[in-house]
Amino acid sequence: MPADVGKAAALLFFAVVLQLSIMAQITILGGHPNLLLVTLVCIALLRGAVFGAVAGFCAGLLADTGVFGTLGFTALLLTLAGYWTGRYGETTGRDRAHAPLLSIAVITFLYEIAALVLRYMLGQNAPGSATFAGLVPTMLLNLLLTLPVYALTRRLLRPREWAAREVRLLG
Amino acid sequence: MVIGGLVVLALILITVSFREPTSGPLHGVQSAGATVLRPFEVAAERVAQPFRDVYGYFAGLVHVKSENEKLKAQVNKLRQQALLGEAARSQNQSLRKQLNFIDSPLFPSDYTPVNTRIIGWRNEFDERVVIAAGRNNGIHQETPVVTSDGLVGSVTQVSPTAALVTLLTDESSAVQARDQDTGAFGVVRHGAGQNSLIVDHVTKDKLVKVGDVIVTAGTRSKQYPSLFPENIPIGYVVSVGQSDTALFKQIQIQPFVDFSSLDAVTALITKKKIPQAP
Repeated sequence: MPADVGKAAALLFFAVVLQLSIMAQITILGGHPNLLLVTLVCIALLRGAVFGAVAGFCAGLLADTGVFGTLGFTALLLTLAGYWTGRYGETTGRDRAHAPLLSIAVITFLYEIAALVLRYMLGQNAPGSATFAGLVPTMLLNLLLTLPVYALTRRLLRPREWAAREVRLLG
Repeated sequence: MVIGGLVVLALILITVSFREPTSGPLHGVQSAGATVLRPFEVAAERVAQPFRDVYGYFAGLVHVKSENEKLKAQVNKLRQQALLGEAARSQNQSLRKQLNFIDSPLFPSDYTPVNTRIIGWRNEFDERVVIAAGRNNGIHQETPVVTSDGLVGSVTQVSPTAALVTLLTDESSAVQARDQDTGAFGVVRHGAGQNSLIVDHVTKDKLVKVGDVIVTAGTRSKQYPSLFPENIPIGYVVSVGQSDTALFKQIQIQPFVDFSSLDAVTALITKKKIPQAP
């Protein structure tokens, strides 16, 4: 477990740095790839809801710190993203080959909408039209990132034996 | 339980961070965090730079021929203007000396440039960037930031080794400006679309033409307290309109700075004291 925490922390730190300094300025057809979200979703899928939520909170806080953003903004969104993905990974999505891609597609959609609503509530710039116009390209870019990121994450964090644990619990 | 706690903690942080002034303790912690992250961001930026240059090179080739012709015409026009401007400048200097004229800091002679790199972008809708220079380099709040093309924005938050720059295209930005050709004053602020700028508060009796160059006015107002040095280019006028009901002209400008591909910028540190209104 401590080794997992170390690996996930290193992976997320790397993702935060890349996201802030490189990915945030990439725009393709109005879409913006979100490497941090993709990495978090992959980690949450492999390590479950609580791990995903805590990882999301810490990574979000680091991201908010790095760009002088509203502290807690990204942390809140990534906590929820990590939790929901983790739950999906523990239940319906376990051992499904399409789980990473499906999770990314759904979470990207929800993340963008939630970010828009939160920005609107905080009185920040929240252009709905630009968000919706860039939603599909952002989703596609994140899906493209998912394949290598999930492969790397899976290599570093071996999938848990969910099934074995369930049998033990029932037994 | 853990999830609930984290969500509540995040909400508390948002509330405190949102309400707290930039000099508050939470912003201090954030500032320290940004300082820790800075070397990593600079390293990532340096690694990415060659790739970005290659992409920029090939992207630039697409419009190179038409752009070349346009630029040649522009060079001829600017050469003539430069000759006239040089004569006017030397005359202006000698007249100022004769009058013992007390002026606010002049651009660029009264400013020390701090050239720095952009190391972070907030998000696609927030027109703010993080630069790799901060208080230790003489940067403070309201420090103007430019590129060789023109005005970029001003510093709104600063830590010892990094600073947050709010771009001119941000909703909260506005700068007093004037038409370099006709002298009409107005306020440049963001327009309806992303990266679009308008000149507001130009009364209908003032003359503004398409193609006119808009520069900073170097004046201060209560509503827009940032004092940018005078004569920093902002953009050129692309459309001018007016209606019977509107009080002011509707002027749209094309900024000289390409805000979507900012890389290195220059913060202007004044050598003279900035005059404060009583």
